[in-house]
Amino acid sequence: MNLARHHGGGIIVITFIIALLLTIVPLPDWARYARPDWVGLVLIYWCLALPDRVGVSTGWFSGLLVDLVTGTILGQHALSLTIVAYITLRLHQRIRLFPLLQQAFTVMVLLILHQLLALWISRIIGRPGAPWYFWTPSLLGLALWPAVYFLLRNIRHRFRVR
Amino acid sequence: MFVALSTVLMVMDHKYNNLESLRAGLSLVVYPLQQVIELPGTVSDWFGESLSTRRKLQEENDSLRTQQLMQKVQMQKLASLEAENIRLRELLDSSFEVGEKVLIAELMSVNLDPYKHQIVVNKGELHDIYPGQPLLDAKGVMGQIVHAGPYSSTAVLITDTSHAIPVQVNRTGLRTIALGSGAINRLELPYIPNNADIRPGDLLITSGLGGRFPPGYPVATVTAVQHDPGLTFSQVVATPMAELNRSREVLLVWPGVSTTLEPDRPTDAANTMSVDVVNSDEAAMEAPPAEPDTAASAPADTATATEAATP
Repeated sequence: MNLARHHGGGIIVITFIIALLLTIVPLPDWARYARPDWVGLVLIYWCLALPDRVGVSTGWFSGLLVDLVTGTILGQHALSLTIVAYITLRLHQRIRLFPLLQQAFTVMVLLILHQLLALWISRIIGRPGAPWYFWTPSLLGLALWPAVYFLLRNIRHRFRVR
Repeated sequence: MFVALSTVLMVMDHKYNNLESLRAGLSLVVYPLQQVIELPGTVSDWFGESLSTRRKLQEENDSLRTQQLMQKVQMQKLASLEAENIRLRELLDSSFEVGEKVLIAELMSVNLDPYKHQIVVNKGELHDIYPGQPLLDAKGVMGQIVHAGPYSSTAVLITDTSHAIPVQVNRTGLRTIALGSGAINRLELPYIPNNADIRPGDLLITSGLGGRFPPGYPVATVTAVQHDPGLTFSQVVATPMAELNRSREVLLVWPGVSTTLEPDRPTDAANTMSVDVVNSDEAAMEAPPAEPDTAASAPADTATATEAATP
């Protein structure tokens, strides 16, 4: 990473740390299964905004940290977030031009893919299948994407992350 | 490349379980995050304690004093019972150790994967915590440690779908395995034959087989027994005694070396079996085979239960 040309890498790291904190912050019982996938959302945003800085390797490391904090098998989130980051990078020029609503739906599809991979892996290692509400985080991702988008865009402009 | 790397990681973590040191090292990175999450709770606790009035503290002190007095009385009785128990066991030519080393730990208020029943406690390898260590609360067995980091460790609860615990019906001595169901208030006992003597209200205690959990701790009470003549086994459901989703203080136990109930039987079979935590449902079925060796003093139907449990 060429630090002379880039600026504000710390901000990116801080947004990921906040996303990780939101991933383990205790929620009341009724909301336990409806925790939005904050790390996934933040990763997709940065992949769209700064594809030359944030990419597959960032996805992998953040996924590994998610595995650690949530106690899943090491490599599960790393794998799925790697793939999400890869697809986002491949399509970033197209997704950037989408209107916000269409962008949100694309993000939902990416998050569903992320969850689907997680589900496959947990099925392979012999854990039981998922109830319908397993998918709520992706739907919440759809609803939250505009907020996340504007918030992170403001942060990016304010701190001139590039 | 990252896909391959994560696949290798998953295989190594799941199949060979040799990433413990990596996990422990990386958990050091995660520990500050957990501490940050803990912070509001700690601060409010601290404020609550330092700002409470003198009268309130006195009341609390009084109630704790009476509670302690009552428990002391019970302890006296326990001491005499323990002595009597040891004496009787000496008569029977077997040894039994009642006391075990324990350590009180606190849960950290972090949420993990909602589909796994796991908790984080604030003690780690620096306090001699080791993977596989039993975890209790005031009412009964909660689970066991799966990953021990330097300052904090992760434990799996007995209700997790990958967990199986060897238990014994306190009333009859019938031995079986209790599997986690994935629901926080439900354990399943799938290996009880239709003719076994078990009824709702029976207390299940740890049998100590498997060498993981010390014997004699309460695990669950049977809530429903259903006999279906078409099936080989009854459907038995139990509710854990421990307050799995309410406890804040937990006890970590170091089971002594001589805590097995029958030292005169060949212990190596039971001690080498350590499949209490299993990563898959198939492996859960492998847990019972060590039992038939030890079924000498148990009722006859236990033997059939454990044999039939082997797929």
